[in-house]
Amino acid sequence: MTLLEAILLTVITASTPLLIAAIGELVVEKSGVLNLGVEGMMIMGAACGIVAAIATGSGAAGVLAAVLAGMAMAALFAALTLGLAANQVAAGLALTIFGIGLSGVVGAAHVGAQREGIGKLEIPLLSDIPFLGPVLFGQDPFVYASFALTAGVAWFLTRTKAGLILRACGESAASAHALGYPVLRIRFLAILFGGACAGLAGAYLSLVLTPFWTSGMTAGRGWIALAIVVFASWLPWRAALGAYLFGGITILQLHAQGAGFRVPPQLMSALPYLITIVVLVAIMRLRRGGTAGPANLGTPFVPDR
Amino acid sequence: MPPLIEAQQIVKRFGSLVANDHVDLTVAAGEVHALLGENGAGKSTLVKMLYGLLQPDEGRILWRGEKLVLNGPRDARRAGIGMVFQHFSLFEAMTVAENVALALDGEEPLPRIAARLAEVSRAYGLPLEPRREVWQLSVGERQRIEIVRCLMQDPQLLILDEPTSVLTPQEAEGLFATLGKIRAEGRAVLYISHKLEEVRRICEAATILRGGKVVARCDPRQESAASLARMMVGTEVGSVRHDAAEPTGPVRLSVSALSMPPAEAHGVALKDISLTLHRGEILGIAGVAGNGQDELFAALSGERLAPRAESVALDGTAVGREDINARRRRGAAFVPEERLGHAAAPRFSLSENALVSGHAANGFVRGGFVERGRMLGWVDAVTKAFDVRKGPRDPEARALSGGNLQKFVVGREILRKPAVLVVAQPTWGVDAGAAQLIRQALVDLAKEGAAVLVISQDLDELLEIADRIAVIFHGRLSQAMPVQGLTREALGLLMGGSGFPADDAAPGAAAREREPA
Amino acid sequence: MRLILEKRAETPLAMTIASPLIAVALTLVSAAVIFLAMGQDPWAALHVYFVAPLSDSWGLQEVAVKATPLVLISVGLALCYRSNNWNIGAEGQFLVGAMAGGWLALATHGAPQGPWLLPSMLVVGAIGGALFALIPAVLKTRFGANEILTSLMLVYVAELLLDWLVRGPWRDPQGFNMPVTVTFEPEAVVPLLLEGGRLNLGTPIALLVVAIVAVLVGRTLKGFEIRLVGEAPRAARFAGFDERRLTWTVFAISGALAGLAGILEAAGTVRMLQPGISPGYGFTAIIVAFLGRLNPVGCLIAGVFLAITFIGGENAQIMLRMPLDVTRVFQGLLLFYVLACDTLLLYRPRLVRSAAA
Repeated sequence: MTLLEAILLTVITASTPLLIAAIGELVVEKSGVLNLGVEGMMIMGAACGIVAAIATGSGAAGVLAAVLAGMAMAALFAALTLGLAANQVAAGLALTIFGIGLSGVVGAAHVGAQREGIGKLEIPLLSDIPFLGPVLFGQDPFVYASFALTAGVAWFLTRTKAGLILRACGESAASAHALGYPVLRIRFLAILFGGACAGLAGAYLSLVLTPFWTSGMTAGRGWIALAIVVFASWLPWRAALGAYLFGGITILQLHAQGAGFRVPPQLMSALPYLITIVVLVAIMRLRRGGTAGPANLGTPFVPDR
Repeated sequence: MPPLIEAQQIVKRFGSLVANDHVDLTVAAGEVHALLGENGAGKSTLVKMLYGLLQPDEGRILWRGEKLVLNGPRDARRAGIGMVFQHFSLFEAMTVAENVALALDGEEPLPRIAARLAEVSRAYGLPLEPRREVWQLSVGERQRIEIVRCLMQDPQLLILDEPTSVLTPQEAEGLFATLGKIRAEGRAVLYISHKLEEVRRICEAATILRGGKVVARCDPRQESAASLARMMVGTEVGSVRHDAAEPTGPVRLSVSALSMPPAEAHGVALKDISLTLHRGEILGIAGVAGNGQDELFAALSGERLAPRAESVALDGTAVGREDINARRRRGAAFVPEERLGHAAAPRFSLSENALVSGHAANGFVRGGFVERGRMLGWVDAVTKAFDVRKGPRDPEARALSGGNLQKFVVGREILRKPAVLVVAQPTWGVDAGAAQLIRQALVDLAKEGAAVLVISQDLDELLEIADRIAVIFHGRLSQAMPVQGLTREALGLLMGGSGFPADDAAPGAAAREREPA
Repeated sequence: MRLILEKRAETPLAMTIASPLIAVALTLVSAAVIFLAMGQDPWAALHVYFVAPLSDSWGLQEVAVKATPLVLISVGLALCYRSNNWNIGAEGQFLVGAMAGGWLALATHGAPQGPWLLPSMLVVGAIGGALFALIPAVLKTRFGANEILTSLMLVYVAELLLDWLVRGPWRDPQGFNMPVTVTFEPEAVVPLLLEGGRLNLGTPIALLVVAIVAVLVGRTLKGFEIRLVGEAPRAARFAGFDERRLTWTVFAISGALAGLAGILEAAGTVRMLQPGISPGYGFTAIIVAFLGRLNPVGCLIAGVFLAITFIGGENAQIMLRMPLDVTRVFQGLLLFYVLACDTLLLYRPRLVRSAAA
């Protein structure tokens, strides 16, 4: 394996959880809901994923538990913001604080417990192609899933009636309601989907990337996923680009540290966060004069009865 | 043969308010039926129940003699009921075809929808381009989308909620022609309006609501506008005493060659606007919504600063670069169009809302500290002078009815005895009594020497109180013309753009949707 | 049956006071359930958590010590949130305040020092926090960059900066390679108020700040401006208020208060700089702000309550061997309940039978 191959492989593993979480949040935001609790749902996915995997000895069970945990967290958020029309920003923050705490409790008994990661799923023949083979076709199932998700969401949003309805809820909840669409139910499903994706991304962290549990292991990835959605202007394929950009930066700074650059390691570690800020500013400059965000993003909707 | 639709003894309550109190309504096939009533009489509530958006607490709906239960608009559409909303239910960032698709049930591919759209547009003379995005369209074009997408479902009953309030007289004529075609096909129309002349012309039956109850049924062709108004309001509404006159006094407000880029992505640019407003004069600015009225208000008030100081002058002083409070200190006062959210903060008390526009020039603030007593005194004075009806002495703004809150936000400014008053949509959505009181107050203010600028989409209102009228279109302003000898038709042509220079920029003009009431 | 919300015409006053109390009560009930699920005696555990910290002078002083930063930070955050400015980076502003003030203490270490040192440290800490908070504020007003994300990202940056300083240039050479600075000189330490405890001058400073901000919000035009911008931004423009300048003002104030809390913590309680200087005060203060209904006096009461949970959590860790994260679970739950109860202020919930088909 060449160095370049190795770097590419690590970039893919760093980018995949960001992509999965960002795609989920993108769908949520397209429906008009801002869920800032991605970090909390993700870390609950990570904790529940590894606990279930250790308990059952099955990676698949771990993944399922992570997805369910993410959805349960999302349902909590939905109950507050849809059922009770609570402030979405505050409810998202609450979800993050709650998730970080609860994940610590859930994972307390398993701190540092190692577990074999989920293996690669090599596609026969194709993965034998030199260079391209291992990079494109020798990945773990999550990587394929992340791209399937991206393609599926892109298709869903632009090519299906259901996707059109979901976007309509994000553009004008009042109009969608007047046409007879169940805005709150649609938003609820979108939020659940976002939770499932965040949970899946969390499972990737604790089952593949670092196959053990440490408290706080998401380290801001949920927040970066939120930034990626803004960077992507709510376009799925651009979210993939964004996720790989951030994943690439993370890995480059690791390699730079490893290669003995005479820069404080803390500065290198701060790079992804600083880049996020720079990217957020740059994208707003580029998009000056018009926003691509859903018009009703973050606005609670309460139908008249 | 049973009537097409029959609502029997419908009751709808919101908390303690009875919005519909045992209402009966019958519409026959092939009939254009008017539903008349003041704001708050319960018209919208009733038609929302007929369209399945609300469920009645009591009573039932019969469709061709059989009981019809509507659990949502989808059920209504399936039965054959279509509705065009007053505040359109459109999606600005989506294309015309997508907007149509959203109103159709089923999985029809977009190209097929676009083809059918073209067909229906042609049949009814309502041209539309399927691929354009809604924010680029004028108000009239937006209404066309609403009507066409209803017609594409082949409805037997079409409900239109205040369809002409946003149209030019000529556009309204076009709508009446379309309604004629619809009726000729044997479809029925339920027509909600408070424009009585119009109702007399096109409707053959009318049901009149007041305070949630049916107070009369009649054939509007047999009635006069005055008798219909009496039935709606319940008492005689006095007319505004005003004699339009040519301006003579000194100029109090002048705007010269004002041009401004739009403030936001979908806004309108103001182009080379000039006007003069004299002492004792009321100048009306007519125009279809979304032609630059909001931008003009912002420039006159100082919410946005003009590029040059000389663009706006108050009593001869160039104030274009001064902010809204500096202009207030010079004796100007402003009433914006939106009552809740712009003129007043919904969850703030009236006394705090007095502070919103009064903190700079009314002596409510001393050394940075707020003087609550003076604000309360101001609220009491406005309440008395403008007959603001409210429960407690100092309630939150959102607790007031539309008419009473409007009386408060207009009264709040008039009580300052302003030299110049700029007011947008002074009586939009308020009851006849409040509207008459507000219009009279504006006329009286001018009589005392103030200069009053009224921006309004209501031509009848402007013709009633203005001395001169100018028309705004795509950010340009016409010459101001004396009201004497001015006809609705002439104004309507200007509102539709004839007589204005061909547009250099794309018509970004489009009304931002109002929040549904 | 299903739940529907009806808009209230007017918010009953009793409800504004009752709503946070209901939230606290629900949290206590939930806590009991969680204790039970963890195999604890719920009464005993609740006692350890919420009552024991208040049972002696030392405990009371500890509550005051923990409440001080929470109250200081949350009062500033409340101003931000009231005006729709979502500063969630107070944790970073806290750390930068500690670093800025701490720098002064370290720079003068070993040299002759005077009575001016401590006040200067507090001022420099506040300025540091304010400047750090102005970064997201300016990025928001100048470029429209989302302040939630930028202020949060800066927390990680501040944490890493502190980590680098105490492991690198500022490390105590005699510190056995531990990531800590030297202990501050006595002149650089916030004086204690009582013998036999850790209560220091920071607490009265926090009370003073609460009083000042309460007057600011309730009685002055600036306070009206802050509330109006958050409640109805268009009406605020109509009132002639400059939203951009207000964004800078509230970010600067909240950053300054968080920075002040940071240097008070460093120079008062810890007396040196080290990575774990904050047990998440900046994030917990968000909950304090909401529980206090974004009202300065409310923040004071809520700050004391959350301080109790911090100490209760430490006690529970020692006495009941419960993970410290349980505290965060309670805090998250508390915020959920606060938000849920706030719905009662705007809407009247009503159970209705589903529409019969």
